[in-house]
Amino acid sequence: MADESLVRLRGVAKDYKRGAETVHVLHALDLDIPRGDFLALMGPSGSGKSTLLNLIGGIDRPTSGSIEIAGTRTDSMTDGDLGKWRAHHVGFVFQMYNLLPVLTAERNVELPLLLTKLPAAERRKRANAALGLVGLSERAHHKPRELSGGQEQRVGIARAIVSDPTLLLCDEPTGDLDRKSGDEILDLLQALNQQQGKTIIMVTHDPHAAARAKHVLHLNKGQLSREAAA
Amino acid sequence: MFKYLPLLWANLGRKRLRTSLTLASIVVAFLLFGLMQTLRVAMTGSPELAGIDRLITMHKTSFVQSLPLAYLNRVKGVDGVVTASSQDWFGGVYQEDRNQIAAFAIDAPTFFEVYNEYKLKPEEKQAFLQDRTAVIVGPMIAERFKWKVGDTIPMRSNIWTRKDDGGNSWPMKIAGIYQASNGDNQSMYFHYDYLNESRAEIRDMIGWVVVKVKDPDRSADIARSIDDLFRNSSTETKTSTEKAFIQGFANQMGNIGKLLTFVAAAVFFTMLLVTANTMGQAIRERINEIGVMKTLGFSGAGVTFLIIAEAILVTGLGGLIGLGLAALASKGIGAAVAQFFPVLGMPPATWGIGVVLIVLLGGLAAAIPCTQASRLKIVDALRKS
Repeated sequence: MADESLVRLRGVAKDYKRGAETVHVLHALDLDIPRGDFLALMGPSGSGKSTLLNLIGGIDRPTSGSIEIAGTRTDSMTDGDLGKWRAHHVGFVFQMYNLLPVLTAERNVELPLLLTKLPAAERRKRANAALGLVGLSERAHHKPRELSGGQEQRVGIARAIVSDPTLLLCDEPTGDLDRKSGDEILDLLQALNQQQGKTIIMVTHDPHAAARAKHVLHLNKGQLSREAAA
Repeated sequence: MFKYLPLLWANLGRKRLRTSLTLASIVVAFLLFGLMQTLRVAMTGSPELAGIDRLITMHKTSFVQSLPLAYLNRVKGVDGVVTASSQDWFGGVYQEDRNQIAAFAIDAPTFFEVYNEYKLKPEEKQAFLQDRTAVIVGPMIAERFKWKVGDTIPMRSNIWTRKDDGGNSWPMKIAGIYQASNGDNQSMYFHYDYLNESRAEIRDMIGWVVVKVKDPDRSADIARSIDDLFRNSSTETKTSTEKAFIQGFANQMGNIGKLLTFVAAAVFFTMLLVTANTMGQAIRERINEIGVMKTLGFSGAGVTFLIIAEAILVTGLGGLIGLGLAALASKGIGAAVAQFFPVLGMPPATWGIGVVLIVLLGGLAAAIPCTQASRLKIVDALRKS
């Protein structure tokens, strides 16, 4: 199983300095996530879920240990290389959507493609295709304030998948939504996992959301305490 | 670069009132800069009118003090001098005090020998030389006051009074409209004899002597010879090149120019603070968005580029509008003060300097936000949501 892993963590620890005190957030974690998995990361506040997600996504660095994604060591990359790697391999979905309020849905989705050499027409085409995939084609020219929370999150998902990344990292994607909208988002993530083969790691507090994942991992006080099949 | 324009443009519309006020400040700053450049060059641009083969002999103390008329012939006799011509400041006013005109009483026969860049039609030149009350005028003032050849105009002097009636009105008949290749197209020249014979204050005194030399390389020697001629007399002279003479005036004005430059610099510095503060505020409000962009793969340099580009877009937009308004305004002002300043209009170099200032202002305004953005850790930025 380890050889088929898309994500491989070995001895990953993360410490923070808080004044004179050192806070150990993650303790020497070993973790393998296979390609095509849909993994839910659960745990109480402060257990290190988001920190783990950030380390896997390359937006934070471990204090020690190694992180390998699709055979590439990301923990030793320079900031510049890590940025390029993220642009190609990782899609992020945030709890608060984090759309740029001044841009339309279409322009928000197009944003990661600005880093490519694609011509404007192709960028627009791909952005609209991604919006179509999340069922928001008719809202392409609306700004975030003109959309509901669920619609905003769908735009966020379209932005995350527009550059066809290997890995989708979702930090509490339904945390700010009502049950109905949350279910729609989970349907969408499930479809992306099952139909598009995207590997998804989702941080959540919500057992209802975690139940949609193929696997659930519990994190407590910086340690993986239990792994269970959903 | 162009693919980022929609993003940059959209960011400008984020807080429209703030953007409008910032733009307005920059427009005003560059409008002032353009106008001050116009005035500064107008005040200091006259030396360009000077001829390289001409010297000016004036009273050693000040050009407002007169020289004896007899000096004219003595100067003509100095070795290396081709010819010399006298001039006197008349202080001309036409109809109303606001219509100040650069009017000179000249030794007409020698004037055209010294100033061969002034051209007249042969019949007009002949008419001028033959009539003591005749005057020649530049095309700009002729057009401004709708004067025609043959008109008699009642010129007043704010210096001299007439000895016959104690008044200050000198009727003059326009004999011709000259064309001058040196850009002087708004002066008037009339006969010294007319002034000398009719003024009450002094007689047989002239303002200064314009000397044409054979060899400009010998100007310094010739100037020394002229001044030596009158050394230890009651009226000593000071001879310099025409350029230095005009530069003397310009330097007096130049102090005002320096003052204007200081004012412009102060305005710019204030604008820099305003723009830097606004940009800084705009970036602080978008720390989360910068974090998101970095998460998506934008590099620190890429984000820095976007911030600088946004700042330069604001300063560029405001700067170009300001300079455009200054160019338009300087045309209007130029026409209104044409009789005082021979070099008019916003100098073309202002555009070049303006573009440099736009980039500089934008770059400096973006410096602090760029530093903030480049130091920003993604995880810290995302926590700001």
